[in-house]
Amino acid sequence: MLKEYDPLKKKIFRVIDNDGKVINTKWFPDLPDEQIVKAYKDLLFARTADLQTISYQRQGRIYTYPPNLGQEAISIAAGQLMRENDWMVPAFREMGAMLAKGATLKELFLYYMGYEDGSAFKEARNMIPTSVPIASQLLHAVGIAYEIKYRKKDQVAFTFVGDGGTSEGDFHEALNFAGVWQVPVLFIVQNNQYGISTPFKMQTASDGIAIKSVAYGIKGIQVDGNDFFAMYKAIEEAVSHAKEGNGPVLIEAVTYRKGAHTTSDDPTKYRTKEEEMEWDKKDPLKRLKAYLKRKKLITDKMEEKLLADYKKEVDRQFTEAENYGPYPVEDVFQYHYEEMPDDLLAQKNEYERFLKWKEARV
Amino acid sequence: MKVMNMVQSINNALDIKLKEDDSVIIYGEDVGVEGGVFRITEGLQKKYGADRVFDSPLAESGIIGTAVGMAVAGLRPVVEMQFSGFVYPGFNQIISHAARMRNRSRGKFTTPMVIRMPYGGGINALEHHSESMETLFGHIPGLKVVIPSTPHDAKGLLIAAIESNDTVIYMEPKRMYRAIKQEVPEEKFNIPLGKAQVISPGTDITVVAYGAMIREVQKAMVLAKEAGISVELIDLRSIYPIDRDTLATSVKKTGRILTVTEGPRSFGVASEITQIINEDAFLYLEAPPKRVTGFDTIVPLPKGEHHYMQSAEKIFYELEKTVKY
Ligand SMILES: Cc1ncc(C[n+]2csc(CCOP(=O)(O)OP(=O)(O)O)c2C)c(N)n1
Ligand SMILES: [Mg+2]
Repeated sequence: MLKEYDPLKKKIFRVIDNDGKVINTKWFPDLPDEQIVKAYKDLLFARTADLQTISYQRQGRIYTYPPNLGQEAISIAAGQLMRENDWMVPAFREMGAMLAKGATLKELFLYYMGYEDGSAFKEARNMIPTSVPIASQLLHAVGIAYEIKYRKKDQVAFTFVGDGGTSEGDFHEALNFAGVWQVPVLFIVQNNQYGISTPFKMQTASDGIAIKSVAYGIKGIQVDGNDFFAMYKAIEEAVSHAKEGNGPVLIEAVTYRKGAHTTSDDPTKYRTKEEEMEWDKKDPLKRLKAYLKRKKLITDKMEEKLLADYKKEVDRQFTEAENYGPYPVEDVFQYHYEEMPDDLLAQKNEYERFLKWKEARV
Repeated sequence: MKVMNMVQSINNALDIKLKEDDSVIIYGEDVGVEGGVFRITEGLQKKYGADRVFDSPLAESGIIGTAVGMAVAGLRPVVEMQFSGFVYPGFNQIISHAARMRNRSRGKFTTPMVIRMPYGGGINALEHHSESMETLFGHIPGLKVVIPSTPHDAKGLLIAAIESNDTVIYMEPKRMYRAIKQEVPEEKFNIPLGKAQVISPGTDITVVAYGAMIREVQKAMVLAKEAGISVELIDLRSIYPIDRDTLATSVKKTGRILTVTEGPRSFGVASEITQIINEDAFLYLEAPPKRVTGFDTIVPLPKGEHHYMQSAEKIFYELEKTVKY
């Protein structure tokens, strides 16, 4: 399949159309119906969580948040294919994949409320925290994949980046190292057409991102990122390719950031309503739902019930996060070194003396 | 005179320089159409065209490295880092080239460029959006480092930075962007780089600060006044070149000094100032030079940030101890 969709052929890989009709039976993934329904449920959950998080932010209950709206199928497909021992090296717009890997919504809320504890992911195996400096995490995934190859482990490293991130030098170094080392890493580029306000055409003169794989001597594929089935199939193929020792794969998931960059951004400044409406027709949830409805695997009634349950569950986890409590002084200091240096300890003690003085003053 | 906040006064300085000098070019992430995430460059692309004010690809090394080339060739690029926490991919270009080109070519090539960047905490931000890392730049031979504290100074210092034939790191205390408004002359004016300013004279202790810390010290001065302590407040304005004379002259009068910085403690601006005073005013000291700084830790996320940040009380606590020493 990777051969058939060689980026030099300039063919985007798609399995269903905007109405959820299968247009590519040859590469329809071999999935039991329950798993497809599960994907739909997970996508619905991720979307519910995303939309509610935006409203919590508007109510002033969390700080800045980057919405996932419109891109969720990518994370859901990756999440289904990441095994427990595979590695997940995230950027910051992959809620569905992080949840699949074992992060809890409560932890994600803690993070956006301003607690580092929300990056600890106590239950998640082999997932490192969100990376804010764009594209810098990609090299970590390559290093992790080196360990996998060196220790002959049955694992794959998944890593994510945005279209804007492909302009950073780190992106190119990561592809190059991965190609030279032939290590099992999957680069998933969420090409959502914008890096904040900057449109894709201002990031690169190249015709898409997948084609960049060619020059690095690695496999690449351009996929309709709003088509769950296409994303699933492409990642599945890429995983086999990597696991068989054939090296990395660059997957360009073509999608659209339907929401704002973050809750502090206003997209009306730099894009048109028409463009947004055009992409709305390709919404991944709508398309997956249309497929399932046609196959009579879900009904509107089921969806209503799910939605009500999910809203409650999201609220429950949010409330738990909100009741997390104050931020102890120790937490400022204790995680920098294995043993706290004397000078740092002295700074902590001095601060505690100040707090006592302050308390005594009032 | 016109009442401006710091966003407006920086925009105004850029506007003036774009108008009078066609070698001035502005670019960076999202600075064109959107006018930057803090709206500093708002309206400038419309006014001066997309070949003078534009969005770059998302790559700090690319932005700074191309600016070095433009500057060597005779342009005066003024580039923006979206946040100071994202300048690090561009460090190689700053340290290895922007700061060294003049020396390397024995003065034949220069890099008259400005790298603007919002810095500092207090805005409830995500990781990497709150640090104060001016020390890193102050330590690099060949760079000038400037930090304004008011809308007025922001304009005069930025114009001087753009006109300087050296590379200037221009750090903007983002917490102050819209925090205060003041009267700023509409016409062009310069504030010389490398000169500190005595903001308010006093007799008991010299307090040195810059950027957003000036306002915190001013709050602490209310407490000091209640305690009968007279503070001489100096706004450093330039981290490098540092104004030794103004610092030493003040300490010779007050006999005490406290430096307030937002960034981490070790090897910081406060340490440097302490040593300058040891060298230039040691015999006038009545108490050891003191400092109120961030801890040697990463700035905590918003829920823990108040522990890290300087406050009027933290400053007064040290100030009073130093005066009573
Ligand atoms: C090194 C670095 N530079 C700048 C930023 C500020 N910033 C945060 S997100 C973003 C745009 C990212 O665009 P893209 O990679 O397309 O990801 P998307 O936000 O679309 O998911 C920028 C410039 C950053 N976080 N890191
Ligand atoms: Mg993007």
